[in-house]
Amino acid sequence: MGKTFSKPEALSSNMTHYCPGCTHGIVHRLVAEAIDELGIRGRTVGIAPVGCAVLCYNYFNFDFQEAAHGRAPAMATGIKRVRPDLIVFTYQGDGDLASIGMGEIIHAANRGEKFTTIFINNAIYGMTGGQMAPTTMPGQRATTAPTGRDTALTGMPIRMANLLKELVTPGYVTRQAVLNPKQINKAKKAIKKAFEYQVAGKCFSFVEVISTCPTNWGLTPLDALKWAEDTLLPYYELGDYKIPE
Amino acid sequence: MAKVLMKGNEAIGEAAIRAGCKNYFAYPITPQSEVAEYLAKRLPEVGGVFLQGESEVAVGYMIFGAAGCGERVMTTSSSPGISLMSEALSYIAAAQCPAVFVNIMRGGPGLGGILPSQGDYFQAVKGGGHGDYHLLVFAPDGVQEAVEMTMNAFTLAEKYRGPVMILGDGMIGQMMEPVEFPDHLKSEPSNKDSWATSGMDKRKSDKRNLVRSLFLDPTELNQNNLTLKAKYDRMKKEEILYEGYNTDSEYKVLIVSYGTMSRVCKTAIDMMKEEGIEVGLLRPKTLFPFPEEAVFTAATKESCKAVISIEMSMGQMVEDVERCVKGQRKVDFYGECGGDIPTPEKIVEIIKGLL
Repeated sequence: MGKTFSKPEALSSNMTHYCPGCTHGIVHRLVAEAIDELGIRGRTVGIAPVGCAVLCYNYFNFDFQEAAHGRAPAMATGIKRVRPDLIVFTYQGDGDLASIGMGEIIHAANRGEKFTTIFINNAIYGMTGGQMAPTTMPGQRATTAPTGRDTALTGMPIRMANLLKELVTPGYVTRQAVLNPKQINKAKKAIKKAFEYQVAGKCFSFVEVISTCPTNWGLTPLDALKWAEDTLLPYYELGDYKIPE
Repeated sequence: MAKVLMKGNEAIGEAAIRAGCKNYFAYPITPQSEVAEYLAKRLPEVGGVFLQGESEVAVGYMIFGAAGCGERVMTTSSSPGISLMSEALSYIAAAQCPAVFVNIMRGGPGLGGILPSQGDYFQAVKGGGHGDYHLLVFAPDGVQEAVEMTMNAFTLAEKYRGPVMILGDGMIGQMMEPVEFPDHLKSEPSNKDSWATSGMDKRKSDKRNLVRSLFLDPTELNQNNLTLKAKYDRMKKEEILYEGYNTDSEYKVLIVSYGTMSRVCKTAIDMMKEEGIEVGLLRPKTLFPFPEEAVFTAATKESCKAVISIEMSMGQMVEDVERCVKGQRKVDFYGECGGDIPTPEKIVEIIKGLL
């Protein structure tokens, strides 16, 4: 029997710095598999965010640029406009995309920029140490919300896929999760589809991925998966929010 | 090529196209919006990219992205907009990407006003964004020089792999002057394949390129800063530009002035010459690198008793002039920055007060 499973060419051999139980590694692999399967590695440029994935270029194996906090969609716009033949994606967390970078993502999506955004939503700031994110759940404790998120003071969590769906400009907007194998398989299909839309020059494509942060949630990896299932998924409903005509 | 009559802002847009820049991202702001309006019409004619971004913040990163994949790219703005782009300027300098930024200065601080000013000298020359970086800064004194400097800026941005700024003012942007576009561009060999994220297929390489500004290892960060410093030191050796006016005379006073302000000073110098009063002008054409030795030499000429920096600011370049004169002469300052440019008569009065 031949080889049935191997590391995607689009992933590097470097050891990641991610915490045990973090789902970044899974999503990296899904992105890399999609890039390999579409044969686009030689013309792909990734944009790294600020946050836990700031060093994600160390784990991929193709051209990469590193953005300032929240600015990845503007950089991707710059690249894609001057080099439409390149395949461009941003990989951003919830502090990066839904807080400081809200303006950039909304306008890039609304212009229908032909790049792909992978949005990791784990309802907290990871890299800086568990501060409250725009996506933090009501009552969820964070280092800057020590008694839990008070929605009377900070509003309700932002649902990015729901928000982007409302733009009139056509696009592909989906919310997936990577909490169990079934979800991971579905997320893989969605990520690949997002890149396919880009390869076809069709539209902006956005894949929100509900992820975990055991370290900053103060949970074991298994408990983190369960907490995400029980707490995040009822509020962040999975599925396709928008499909281009 | 024959001369044409053009508004400064439009001439800058045309100069970029003539320099082979087909990519332009900008956000509207007075008094430079005509660059964007001109290029919105012209770039599609030459198969180029025009995009109005949602903010100067975003535009700064559109420039960063485009520059990072190795394409010639420019933006234009005015003072408050440049403040917003200064974040990106720091990143672009750190990541060593070539890009051209034009600042058609207006009065500040805050919203200030929309009339000409030179209040952004510190911002352009001393930083603006965070960290140890410099821009190569050109200071045109009119439409012709704005065109030549813009065209040259792309070559130098690539030579030094960094952002270059054209520091004009609302007068240069708004006025019309006869202008001739140079036929020949200086070119430098390209090393883009060694760093730009142009795609491995295009480079026919299996080595990927990274454009980044994060260096968590202190040795690596220090090395990046040393690399930048080496470029700035090289600029000081190779790129300094300045003009002397009436500096062959036995001038008693040396004016140091740049851009629009220097043209008023020239008129004042001519007026005083008719009265038998000799005054010299040293006009920096690059503000970084600053013509340090030229200022020192002109200030310490035996006949020269006093030095004055005249600016459309409350006193910014004067700090560099003082630094360069090294205490050998008294350095005075005169400036206005509400938008009314000092008249030649006012300059004459100020100079006579020094004699």
